[in-house]
Amino acid sequence: MSARFVSQVLYPLAGVVVIIAVWVLACWLANIPTVVLPSPDKVLRSIIVRSDLLLSEGWITLKETLYGFLLALAVGLPLAVAVANSRPLNLMFYPLLIALQSVPKVALAPMILVWLGTGLESKLAIVWLVAFFPIIVDTAAGLRATPKELLELAASLNASPLQVFAKVQLPAALPFVVTGAKVAITLAVIGAVIGEFVGSSEGLGFLLLSATSQLDTPLAFAALFALSILGIFVYALVGLGERLMAPWLPPAPERH
Amino acid sequence: MAFGAIRNVRKVFAVAELGSRALEPVVALDDASFEFSEGDLVALLGPSGCGKTTLLRIVGGLIAKSAGSVSIGGREVTRPMGDYGFVFQAPSLMPWRNVVDNVLFPMEILRKNDAAARGHALELLDLVGLSGFLSARPHQLSGGMQQRVALCRALVHRPQLLLMDEPFGALDELTRLEMNDLLLRIRRETKASVLFVTHSISEAVYLSDKVVVFSKRPARVAKEIPIALAYPRSQKVRFTAAFTTAERIASEALGVVAPAGEEAVAS
Repeated sequence: MSARFVSQVLYPLAGVVVIIAVWVLACWLANIPTVVLPSPDKVLRSIIVRSDLLLSEGWITLKETLYGFLLALAVGLPLAVAVANSRPLNLMFYPLLIALQSVPKVALAPMILVWLGTGLESKLAIVWLVAFFPIIVDTAAGLRATPKELLELAASLNASPLQVFAKVQLPAALPFVVTGAKVAITLAVIGAVIGEFVGSSEGLGFLLLSATSQLDTPLAFAALFALSILGIFVYALVGLGERLMAPWLPPAPERH
Repeated sequence: MAFGAIRNVRKVFAVAELGSRALEPVVALDDASFEFSEGDLVALLGPSGCGKTTLLRIVGGLIAKSAGSVSIGGREVTRPMGDYGFVFQAPSLMPWRNVVDNVLFPMEILRKNDAAARGHALELLDLVGLSGFLSARPHQLSGGMQQRVALCRALVHRPQLLLMDEPFGALDELTRLEMNDLLLRIRRETKASVLFVTHSISEAVYLSDKVVVFSKRPARVAKEIPIALAYPRSQKVRFTAAFTTAERIASEALGVVAPAGEEAVAS
């Protein structure tokens, strides 16, 4: 058994087992009613019995998350380029961005629903709103952090602005973009659920809400479980994108 | 007329250029004049922060001068000419490119990245002893190796003039000596004209046809010292009387040691 297997599989698994054991013991010893805290076996049964429902609702939440995230990338990246390269644009819009970020997105959700209705559009708007901030901030920071010497080298060769951007600034900023995207994708899931909470008739957030209101707590837990799987899945997607785009990066230091 | 002529170059950084914290303009370069011939290696020697790097950037066309004239190969330099090579103190390689693609970067910008360019890049890398690392990434190389890649990148487009800004300042002493010999060898092969900024007296004397000594900021040319030692030079030359005499003259011009006459009286 390799050390890698032990550290990457066995230890995390042991952690899960411990938590479940505590959970089982708590339900059993304290005799907690299912409505308050269902035992793991009831949650598991709910996951299996309602797997169709979880999958179909999860699919909707997944679409909201990914589309909103892609929208955030599509708007955030060019905006970051504009803000990083133009001092007037930076002065005009950076304070606005900060102000926008300091508004709790949950507070905006009801208004967005009024404007865009209870369909996909309002969810995309909320996901976009929470996800695009880390993308634009990190990308702009990355573009500005381009080593001065590389810019001088390009200037000494009379490189065009497009060449400077494509061959120097953008590749130099990519690791920052990926960092922003990783934060953004986790926020995107939260944004989708917020949207579904506030007004929706579908998605895992809606399922969670309706299950609790019907006192079907095992189903609510099953929806939570599905949400965390979804979160891990979309994060892994971004990680995959990172590997495809940045094979040049030195391996990340070992985490403890 | 000389190949390179720097005449009464002055640079005053305005408050706006320096950033919001500066209160008054800074005179980085007071009055710099010297000439050099094609194929010369000229060392610009002076204390740290004396403005010799500023002069290098002016000669490279990267920043504008406040007064004076810079003429290289019969052209007045007012903007980047596109055919100079730059080596900085840090290797400044692109971590996302391998060794060959780093060297070929100038050819890409100049839109001449063809088979001949690649051949030349491989030749240069062979010359600096990096043939075995063509597809390595910069982070896999030592500091000295990275700087050798940077040197190849600066030469790949056969520049008219090579500008080096304390290129070996961050290396350990042994690597630095090695790089000095490598630079001399490469210059012999490529016949490049070189302006070399350094604050090491012995490095300046060892490498160059002529040492231009700068005073403290605002910089002026304190002395021009022709180095009469024959090329090719080897490390042995450091222990000759001519070498130490040149070092002494440079030290005096820098004010590190008192002029010969006065010291004799004092002792």
